Amino acid sequence: MKKQTVMLTAVSLAVAGFVSAANAETLRLLTWGGYAPEDVIELFEAETGYTVEVTKSNNEEMIAKLRATGGGGFDLAQPSQDRITGPQLEFGIYKPIDMSKIDKGQFIQSMLEATMGNTTVEGEVYGVPHVWGTSGLVMNTAMAADTVKDYTDLCDPAVAGKVSYRLKRPTLIGFAFAMGMDPFAAYGDADAYSEMMSKVEAKLIDCKANVKTYWGGGDELMGLVRSGEVVASMAWDTGGWKLNADNPDITFVAPASGALGWIDTFVLPAKGQADDAAYAWINFVMRPEIAARITAAAGNFTASQGADAFAEDALKARYQASFPPEAVDNIKWYPPVPAGLEAIEGGVLDRVKAAQ
Amino acid sequence: MTPDLESIRLTKRFGDFTAVDDVSFAVPAGSFFSILGPSGCGKTTIMRMIAGFLDPSSGDIEIKGKSVLNVPPNKRPVNMVFQHLALFPMMNIADNIGYGLRRRKMPRAEIARKVEEALERIGLPGIGNRKINELSGGQKQRVAIARCMVMEPDVLLLDEPLGALDLKLREHMKIELKSLQAAFDTTFIYITHDQSEALVMSDQIAVMNEGRFEQTGTGQDLYYRPETAFVAGFIGESNRWRGRIERVMGDELEMRTDTGMLMRGATHGRGLKAGDSAEIFVRPEAIRLARDASNFEDFDNRITGRVTSLLFNGAASRILVRDAAANEEIEVNLPQSGEYASLARGDEVQIGWSGAQGNCFAAGAD
Amino acid sequence: MHSGARIGFFLLLTPLVLWLALLIVIPHIDMFLVSMRERVGVRQYETSFANYLTFFTEPLYIRTFVRTAVMSVLATIITLLIAFPVSLYIAKIVRGRLQQVLFVLCLIPFYVSELVRTFGWMILLRETGLVSNLLQWTGLADQPVEMLYNDAAIMIGLVYTSMLFMVVPLVTTLESLDDSVIEAGYDLGGNGFSVLREIIIPHAAPGIVSGSIVVFMLSLGNYLTPTMLGGKDSLWFTEMIYNQFIVRFNWELGAAFGFMLLILSSVIVWSMLKLTRQSLEETMA
Repeated sequence: MKKQTVMLTAVSLAVAGFVSAANAETLRLLTWGGYAPEDVIELFEAETGYTVEVTKSNNEEMIAKLRATGGGGFDLAQPSQDRITGPQLEFGIYKPIDMSKIDKGQFIQSMLEATMGNTTVEGEVYGVPHVWGTSGLVMNTAMAADTVKDYTDLCDPAVAGKVSYRLKRPTLIGFAFAMGMDPFAAYGDADAYSEMMSKVEAKLIDCKANVKTYWGGGDELMGLVRSGEVVASMAWDTGGWKLNADNPDITFVAPASGALGWIDTFVLPAKGQADDAAYAWINFVMRPEIAARITAAAGNFTASQGADAFAEDALKARYQASFPPEAVDNIKWYPPVPAGLEAIEGGVLDRVKAAQ
Repeated sequence: MTPDLESIRLTKRFGDFTAVDDVSFAVPAGSFFSILGPSGCGKTTIMRMIAGFLDPSSGDIEIKGKSVLNVPPNKRPVNMVFQHLALFPMMNIADNIGYGLRRRKMPRAEIARKVEEALERIGLPGIGNRKINELSGGQKQRVAIARCMVMEPDVLLLDEPLGALDLKLREHMKIELKSLQAAFDTTFIYITHDQSEALVMSDQIAVMNEGRFEQTGTGQDLYYRPETAFVAGFIGESNRWRGRIERVMGDELEMRTDTGMLMRGATHGRGLKAGDSAEIFVRPEAIRLARDASNFEDFDNRITGRVTSLLFNGAASRILVRDAAANEEIEVNLPQSGEYASLARGDEVQIGWSGAQGNCFAAGAD
Repeated sequence: MHSGARIGFFLLLTPLVLWLALLIVIPHIDMFLVSMRERVGVRQYETSFANYLTFFTEPLYIRTFVRTAVMSVLATIITLLIAFPVSLYIAKIVRGRLQQVLFVLCLIPFYVSELVRTFGWMILLRETGLVSNLLQWTGLADQPVEMLYNDAAIMIGLVYTSMLFMVVPLVTTLESLDDSVIEAGYDLGGNGFSVLREIIIPHAAPGIVSGSIVVFMLSLGNYLTPTMLGGKDSLWFTEMIYNQFIVRFNWELGAAFGFMLLILSSVIVWSMLKLTRQSLEETMA
C-alpha cells in the first residue's frame, strides 16, 4: 500500500520540483546509465550554453515516469525503439520529431531509416536511433561453453544451480526463438502469441530449479558471474565485455538462435519545454568523436556514422570475438511492441515467479 | 522470646562507600519499629537488605531466629510497602491484593474470600473491581498495606509510605497506620526521615546517621534523653550553643560559649571535663519566659533580652529573643495562656532555664 | 484576542490538513478511481470492478497476497520475540552510559540506507559469502552453502530491518514501569515468569501493540528486502504492485492491488487491537 502512495507522491513531488526548474535553457534528460558521460556534458554545455540535468532510468521506468506526468518533467528521453509506438498510442506521452532539425548525415542510414519506420505513428516520426546493442549469453567459457550454446541450454542439468536470467520480456522472447518459434511474427496475433508464450512458460517453470536466482540489476549479475556463483546467464553484450577485461574466460556469446538486437532512441516527451536544447544535444552526441566517448562509457556502439574509427581497439576486438559475421546477420531486431502485449507476458512472468 | 527480626553486625559497602556500617538491632514480635534518619543515611539500604533486594557485605539478618541471607526476596516471610506504593496499575484492586495469594496457588474461592476480608479490615469493602487510579491517596495506602497483609508476613516493611501524601492526610494516616498495625498484630518496620511520623507511631525508634545507629529507644528516650549530639539536634528542636567547658561539678557544668555567654548545663553521665569543647542543647519549651526576673530565682541560667520576632503557630508558637549581652537569638516557647498576648517586637523580657535542661555533649569534629 | 487565537489555530492546522489532503487523501482517491477503470481498448476505459475481479479469480494473486500477510505476521512475531528481551535488558537491567550505548547500537544500522543494509546481508549470506566461507573453514560444511534466495533469508532481512521500530516503543514503555512495581511483584512471592506475565507484559502491552503494528506495516509494505534476499521465489505482494505499475503499464490492476493491501493491513491491525483489547488512542499515546 505504502509503496505506490510513496511512488505517486514522489512522482508528483518530482514533477513539482522539475516544473519549477523547467526552462528552455535547461535540458532535462531521461536516459540510461553511461549514455550521458560527464565529459560529454561538459563539452556540450561549454559549446551551447545549455545546462544538462540527467536522470538515469530504464525502459519501463521511463515510460512510467512520462505516463505519470502525461509526458512532462523531461525534455528528452531514450526508450528502446520497440517501446515507442505502443505507449504513444496508449498514453500519448511523446511528440513528433521535426526531422528537419536533425542532422541526418551523422547517422548510419540503414539504422536511421529502420528506427524511423518502427517509430512512426499516424505518419509522424517519434524516434531517432542513438545506441544499439544485443542481449545474448554471458558465460564463463571455460566452464559452460561446451554445454550452453543457446538460451534453452541454461536448463541443462550440467549447469544446475549455476545459471541466471532476468524474469523480463527479453527472456520470454529469447526462449521462444531458442525453442524454434518466431515470437516477432506473432506480435500482431494475440492468440498465437499467447499460445507461444504458454509454451515458453512451461519451459521456464520446468527450468526454474536450474536457476540460481533471477537477476534484477546489472551490478547484481556482474557480482554473480565474477564470484563464479553463476557460470552462464542471459545478459547484455556489454556486461560480458566488461567482465572479459577482468577475466578472459568470461565473455559475451551470441546464442545459436540469434542475439536479440535493441536500439535505444531519442524521443521528445509530449510536454518537453526545451526542444531546441534537445535537438542540439542529439546533433552534438551523434558527432563521431563524441559518439566514441559515449561508446567508451556505455560499452555499446552508437548509430553515429564513422564513430567506429574512434572506438577503442580492445572493445572492437571483443565485439568481433562475440560476433562473427554470420552472428551479426542472425541478430533478431525487436519490432515495435503492440500495446497490450505486456499483459500477456506479465501473466506468464507472474506464474513463472510463483511456480515452485 | 526470639525477636521477629534481628540484624547482626549488618554492613553494606558500595565500592569505597559504606552505606550501612556494622548495625545490630532486634525487633520484638508485634512491635512498631522505626528507623529515622536524614536522606542518604543508609536506612533504605537496610530495608532493601531485609527485603532481599540487596545482599549485605557482611553480617546476618535473622527472621524468627533463622538466617534469611540465602532466601530470595520472593521466598522471604517479609513484605514491603514501597515509597510510591507500587500498586500494579494493570490490575484492579482485588487482583492487586490477591496477587501474592495467586502465587501461592491458593484456590480461587479462598483468594476471593481473603481479599474481601482484607478489604473489610481496611474499611473499603466491596471496591475490589475498581481500578487503582480511581482511589484516593489514603485509600491506595490502605490497599498497599492490605496487599501485603493478606500474605501474613512475619515482618512488614514500610519505606516512607506517607511521603507522597499531603499534610492533613499524612497526619490522619499516622494514626490509621498505628491502628492497622494493632489490628493485624504484625511487626512493622517503618522507615522515615520525618521524626513526627516516627515519634507518633513507634514503639521503638532507631536514629540513623551516616550508616550507623546513633541511638535506639522509645520516642520519650530520644526526646528527653538523647545520647548523642546528633540525636539531640535531629529530634525535636533545640537552641544550640558551642563553647568551652570551664568547670565540672558532678553532673553539672559551666560552659563559656564562643560568643562569651556563661551558661550552666548537665553532663547526664557523659565524661566531660574542664577545657573540653562542647555543645549545649536547650529545647525551646524548657525555657521559661517572664516580664521581670523575680520569678526566676530557681533557674541557674537567666538572660535579659528583647523580642525580635513573634513566630505564631498556634500551640507551637515561639518568640525569638535577642540576648542583650552576647547578641544571640534564642528560641523560646510562647505559652498560649493569654498572659503574653500583648507581647510585641522590641519588648524587653526575662528568660531562664534550669541547668539540668541544658544537655551537654562533647563537640564533634564538625 | 479571541479571533487572533482562532487564526493561530487555523495557521497551525493548515500544514497538517495540507499534508493529509495532498499526500494521503487525494492520492488515495485518485488511486481508487484508477482501480475502478477497465481498459477496453486503446485509450478507452470503462468503470467496473474488473480489476478486483481479476484479483479474486487469479489464484496466484490471492496466494501471493496471503503469503505476504502470513510472512509479515511471522516477521512481526519473531521481531517481538527478539526485541522484547533486548528492550527489557536496555530499559531495566543496564544503567547509565551502557544503556545509551546499547540504544545507539540498535540505531546504527539505520544510519545507512535500506539498500546498503540489504546488500550487507547479501554479502554475508551468498554462496561465496562470509558465512559460507566460515562454515567451510570450521569444517561444518564441505562445500559452499547458499543461504540467500529463500524464505529464511527474507525473514532475516525483515526482522533486521524492523528491529529498531520494535525496540524503541518497547524501551519507552518499559522504562515507564517503576522498578519498585517489579520489586513488589517479587516481594509478594512472584518468580521471574509470573512477574513477566502479570506485570511486565501487561504494562508493556501498548508498546508491544504499537511496535507490532509498525513492524507489520513495514514488513507488508517492504519491497527491497523480499525482492533482493528472496531471489527467484520472493513472491511479495508489493513486488506484484510494482510490476503492474512499472513493468506492465497496468496501473488499473496495480491500483486495485494497492487497495487490497490497504484493506488487508487495516483489517489485520484492527483485529490485532481487538485481540489485545487495546485502543488505537492508548497505543499511539
